[in-house]
Amino acid sequence: MSEVKFISPETIEQAVDAYSKSSKEGKTKILAGGTDLLVQIRSGISQPDTIIDIKNIKELKEISNDNGSYTIGAAVAGAVLDEEEDFGNNWPGVLEALRLIGSEQIQGRASLGGNLCNASPAGDSVPALIASGATVKIQGPEGERKMPIESFHVGPGKTNLKNGEIVVNFQFPKKQRNSGDAYLRMIPRTEMDIAVVGCAVNVTIENDKCVDARVALGAVAPKALLVEDASKALIGSNFEKEAVEKASLACEAACNPIDDKRGTISYRKKVSKVLFKRALEKAIERAKKG
Amino acid sequence: MAKIQVKTKINGEETEFLCQPYDTVLDVLRRDLNMTGTKEVCSTGDCGACSITMDGRLVCSCLVLAAETEDKKIETIEGMAKNGKFNVLQKTFLEHAALQCGICTPGMLVAAKSLLEKNTNPTETEIRYWLAGNLCRCTGYDKIVKAVQAAAEEIRENA
Repeated sequence: MSEVKFISPETIEQAVDAYSKSSKEGKTKILAGGTDLLVQIRSGISQPDTIIDIKNIKELKEISNDNGSYTIGAAVAGAVLDEEEDFGNNWPGVLEALRLIGSEQIQGRASLGGNLCNASPAGDSVPALIASGATVKIQGPEGERKMPIESFHVGPGKTNLKNGEIVVNFQFPKKQRNSGDAYLRMIPRTEMDIAVVGCAVNVTIENDKCVDARVALGAVAPKALLVEDASKALIGSNFEKEAVEKASLACEAACNPIDDKRGTISYRKKVSKVLFKRALEKAIERAKKG
Repeated sequence: MAKIQVKTKINGEETEFLCQPYDTVLDVLRRDLNMTGTKEVCSTGDCGACSITMDGRLVCSCLVLAAETEDKKIETIEGMAKNGKFNVLQKTFLEHAALQCGICTPGMLVAAKSLLEKNTNPTETEIRYWLAGNLCRCTGYDKIVKAVQAAAEEIRENA
């Protein structure tokens, strides 16, 4: 093994500088919670020659609330975000999605940024982030840019990050009155598993009418999907049976899953409809509470 | 190859060690510091046998690089008994026969302690979910859950 470097910069600029200098060969890895990276190193899938630990950069560990609009650092661990009581009141769906990932031990380390950048099609927090309407702030050698979560991924393990770019934080829109989000995933066990299907729904209700809706699916395509046809079917409705049915069919139609040991194509498609309806019910219940 | 020098606190004691970039905390604890109470089983964060706390946060030491522990506070199973006296969880684990082969036990104890520091009155479901990342192939978990409940009760009585 040639010389492996471990660096832990204190500013984003230093991290970007180090990352952009060496990331061309793909041999430099960003270390956030390490719950994916360390397993990849141990199994030989990844053998980085430089590891950049980003957890000493203040902005990546910060949680802030600007008049109801949350900014969550990319490296904030699930267990830490869970203690931020008000975040869970605003975005229960995002929090429950993040908290579904692994055990308490994993939660002590795993972050939204890591889940996003690992780019697994089954990453639990991604559909919930998409449904929330959050954007991700990215910093690279050419400066800063923002991207909606649904534009971030290209496919399994592949993102739209350019050479040297690092995810800094997640910016959530101000939560609307009478809106609520929810995330559900289907796994054959009760805990500690990877989604067969994941579905996140975020709805806003005015006078019993759906005025806004975002629906996202995970684990049913090469990347998590924003299902715009499902939103269209819901917006303007009173969540009557026909509208919900139409939206669930839009979910099924959006699926482009694989057959694997966790589930077949037809099973995943079917479950996407069921899971959407259940997540919708939960989101509506939360929206009605405020 | 140049080694990384790390200064950290383990069970309250200032500790310095040298490590390679790929070394995990678990590697350093067991291989270099002779602290073999923390067990290595899966090495992929699935089994929880290597549980420790870092700055009070429960983590798998197989998923933390040793180089990351600079200026951190690490607690391992070796720090659990104080002045030759068992921690209440160690006592109740024995009383309830909550172990057989013992490989998962250090991780179970560290994880359970971390739960009881947060919540001294967890429900059975809360205990089972909290310990979902600690696998035991001997006990069937029931005795472990009962031991944690008994320890919680003792903590509440003595509070």
